Amino acid sequence: MLVLIGIAIIIAGFLLRFNPLLVIMASALATGLAAGLDITAIIAAFGKAFNDTRYVSIIWIVLPVIGLLEAYGLQQHARSLIARMKGATLGRLLTGYLLLRQAMSAAGLTSVAGHAQTVRPLVAPMAEAAAEAQNPALSDDQREEVKAYSAATDNVGLFFGEDIFLAIGSILLMKGVLEGYGYVIEPLHFSLWAIPTAIAAFLIHGFRLRRLDKRMRAAERGA
Amino acid sequence: MITLDHVYQLAGITFALFALLGLYDRSNPKRFGNAAFWGLMAASMILGDYLGDFYNGLLVLALVAIAGAGQIGRSPDGEVPAELQATRAAQYGHFLLLVALIIPVVALVGTFLFKWVPGLADPKQATLISLALGVLIALAVGMARLKPAPLLPLQQGRRLLDSVGWAAILPQMLASLGAVFAIAGVGDVVGGLIGTAIPQGSLFGAVLAFGLGMALFTMVMGNAFAAFPVMLAAVGMPLLIKQYGGDPAVVAAIGMLAGFCGTLMTPMAANFNLVPAALLELKNPYGVIKAQIGTALPLLAVNIFFIWLFAF
Repeated sequence: MLVLIGIAIIIAGFLLRFNPLLVIMASALATGLAAGLDITAIIAAFGKAFNDTRYVSIIWIVLPVIGLLEAYGLQQHARSLIARMKGATLGRLLTGYLLLRQAMSAAGLTSVAGHAQTVRPLVAPMAEAAAEAQNPALSDDQREEVKAYSAATDNVGLFFGEDIFLAIGSILLMKGVLEGYGYVIEPLHFSLWAIPTAIAAFLIHGFRLRRLDKRMRAAERGA
Repeated sequence: MITLDHVYQLAGITFALFALLGLYDRSNPKRFGNAAFWGLMAASMILGDYLGDFYNGLLVLALVAIAGAGQIGRSPDGEVPAELQATRAAQYGHFLLLVALIIPVVALVGTFLFKWVPGLADPKQATLISLALGVLIALAVGMARLKPAPLLPLQQGRRLLDSVGWAAILPQMLASLGAVFAIAGVGDVVGGLIGTAIPQGSLFGAVLAFGLGMALFTMVMGNAFAAFPVMLAAVGMPLLIKQYGGDPAVVAAIGMLAGFCGTLMTPMAANFNLVPAALLELKNPYGVIKAQIGTALPLLAVNIFFIWLFAF
């Protein structure tokens, strides 16, 4: 029971808005001590895990390219491209990206798109431009909402596409865990059972993107 | 053969250059903190495998100390003026788009190429290696045509990284916390608690507990992978599969997706939820989560219903 203190520290720390890095470290130390580890063992365990998960942070090497392109006006160009397309509404644009992201993830191409690679330089400015074309008096809060939905659409597309791919980590994990209980299951079965949820995710998020699109227009009529 | 180690070296050099440029940025009042922080990240990338677990741990403590003491800042200037960006956009237009698309296209082609042609690169890490190659190719093509000041890509990249700040290493920190939780057996305790909270004799009650448990525990851990073995041991295996005879493939596959609904709603999944908010310079750090809750909750209900419908 005592090891749950780490979870309590995380929740309290996030709610009280302490620096999350401090909260994480405090949680790790408290959890380790509660489990009877000594302090050097906890530090070593954390250090080992940090070293093993460095691949999470290599995405930042794309920033010099994004920085170069943005300095030469990539975001402006992405915006003007959308502004010139008559049929490119906010709803259609993000729904199209959702479908593309789900399809690519289902083919195992999860790292091809992402927040640093595609959302910040392309999808978010395009979505903003589409919203602006529909509603020239877009407020700052609305702009913020459009950007947040761009990132959200990337996440939904990734999460509910990737499990259709046979060799993704989560499927290998499921296979491994179930084998531990004596059930040998082909990865294809997990993949197939991810499809109904993938369709539901597309319908639900697509519906919400339509409502976002309408909301941005309604504000135009009100103004 | 190209391996992930080469990508780590590249990332290390990039962080080292960010640190060095940051050190000389007098417009940033906290330039020493920034330089130390990214310098330590460079050391982790390049030397991590030689430092040993304990010294890697000390390196993390130093990172946390710098960020916790509020010693990371950003320079107010450095952004290219919007008017200049607009003139350049009119001039270079589609070329910029082309270069931006080089990264995903090379990642795509490389992923297949490295799997089909053995010996070029580690096939297990094909996408990450291809991503790094895509970055280098895009940078070379962009520099050749645009002919910017030589340091411009690094300076602008550093400016973007500084706007994300310490949140850039949050995902790695949370993944490491998960490892400590695993050593301490946090999962077994939570699984035991949820296991005792289920009403007896109700199939739907058990399905509900499993689906909600996956989502909630994923929110706490920030990761459905950590929640899955725990919830399967506590509820999925003894009740859904053994007692009620549910199809294990359905219980596992859709249970995992119920966990993913939790991922959409938690700040603990920092790389998906907090980092993009910083990267898009949103005022509300939880703006992305806010946009996702309306999708995550109905989808969670659908997943719970699907388990009940398809597994029995």
